[in-house]
Amino acid sequence: MGNIQGKQMVVSAIKNGTVIDHIPSKSLFKVISILKLEDINTQITFGINLESQKLGSKAIIKIADKFFEQDEINKIAILVPEAKLSIIKDYQVVEKKVITCPEKIQGITRCFNPKCITNHQNILTKFSVVSKMPNISLKCEYCEKTTDFEHFNFI
Amino acid sequence: MSTARSLVSISDFDVEEYLKIMELAAKFEANSYRNLLNGRVIASLFFEPSTRTRLSFESAINRLGGRVIGFSDIETTSTTKGETLHDTIKIISNYCDLIVMRHPLEGAAKYSSEVANVPVINAGDGANQHPTQTLLDMYSITKTQGTLENLSIALIGDLKYGRTVHSLIMAMRYFKPTFHLVAPPELALPNEYKQILTASNIPFYEHTDMQSVLNEVDIVYMTRVQKERFSDLMEYEKTKNSYILRNDMLEKTKPNMKILHPLPRVNEIQPDVDANPKAYYFEQARNGVFTRQAIISYLLNLNA
Repeated sequence: MGNIQGKQMVVSAIKNGTVIDHIPSKSLFKVISILKLEDINTQITFGINLESQKLGSKAIIKIADKFFEQDEINKIAILVPEAKLSIIKDYQVVEKKVITCPEKIQGITRCFNPKCITNHQNILTKFSVVSKMPNISLKCEYCEKTTDFEHFNFI
Repeated sequence: MSTARSLVSISDFDVEEYLKIMELAAKFEANSYRNLLNGRVIASLFFEPSTRTRLSFESAINRLGGRVIGFSDIETTSTTKGETLHDTIKIISNYCDLIVMRHPLEGAAKYSSEVANVPVINAGDGANQHPTQTLLDMYSITKTQGTLENLSIALIGDLKYGRTVHSLIMAMRYFKPTFHLVAPPELALPNEYKQILTASNIPFYEHTDMQSVLNEVDIVYMTRVQKERFSDLMEYEKTKNSYILRNDMLEKTKPNMKILHPLPRVNEIQPDVDANPKAYYFEQARNGVFTRQAIISYLLNLNA
């Protein structure tokens, strides 16, 4: 993540904190929402529609002085499993976190079933992850219906 | 979070528990009037009407010497004033030892079981689960065949939306059955259940004609083919008479064969079948009372 010679960094470096890279551009604002970045008071910078050999177009988020718990990190696995997360200390990458898809998910998305109780009352959604590849799908612990990735409706 | 043991989904019980319920139901059939509840209070909460299921449960509770409180119509409750399901269940669970509930929304019973500090029995949540129906179906199979093992079962009619069919498949897969699935293409069994059958090494055969299957099976499980399930009404008109059982179709069926139906029926079993000794659906409904006595006493750890 250090400043690569001859290239200017589009999104400026942070001294300490977390960098989430290789986010598909279309998913940036959902990642911001899932990680509740709007509630963080430290400096956050992000870039979108950046060139990427792998993704074509990518986004990046840099959050100063914030270190996520593994549970929080895993939340973004349902949205952007290809993202890379690095811990920065004194401008250096000290750790690369592996994003793994959790077995159970609470909140984050609504159940796709319009007759599910969670869509009629103020109830936290709960799902078990029933498939991970190629796309994730979630089985509602209440109505037992499966919601596919393409029908996720993020809360 | 509640620690009481509930029955929300057919998969909440394991194979040993299915067999335990069969054994208890037989005991209650032999001796139905037993004061095991001894005045304990059971709440019967019907957020949508289902007269037969409600009366079956209330008969079971009364035979066990329990008392019933509750409602059979949502219009008389605070739900119409905007009270949440959470609050309704939280309050009523203070008044009773067990809750029996029917609700039009799917997952309502599961959620209630998390909120209540007493056991919850799901008496139907939308199109999702109705586990006591499945257990009474299994008791009817056990009674008529002497076993749950190695039976050949025809499931006929609406296999796409019929929750009783789905739950029966999920429960019977532990007992090495062979399934014959008879349905119009529009109402065929969903793929997820076929995948479960394949993964469980259960042989199944799909048919669109019912006569060819009737003579081979031990159990015929009929369901209603409803007009509103068809997106193409021409298709409905073409198939509506193909899944109607008449007495003359039963001539060459196996002597041990029995016809089950979760009821209500409309015309899918013709009245001339009723007098045939192979018609079992009314006794099946009677078995529901003993099965529900078994489930209530099991969840409350009554010494049956």
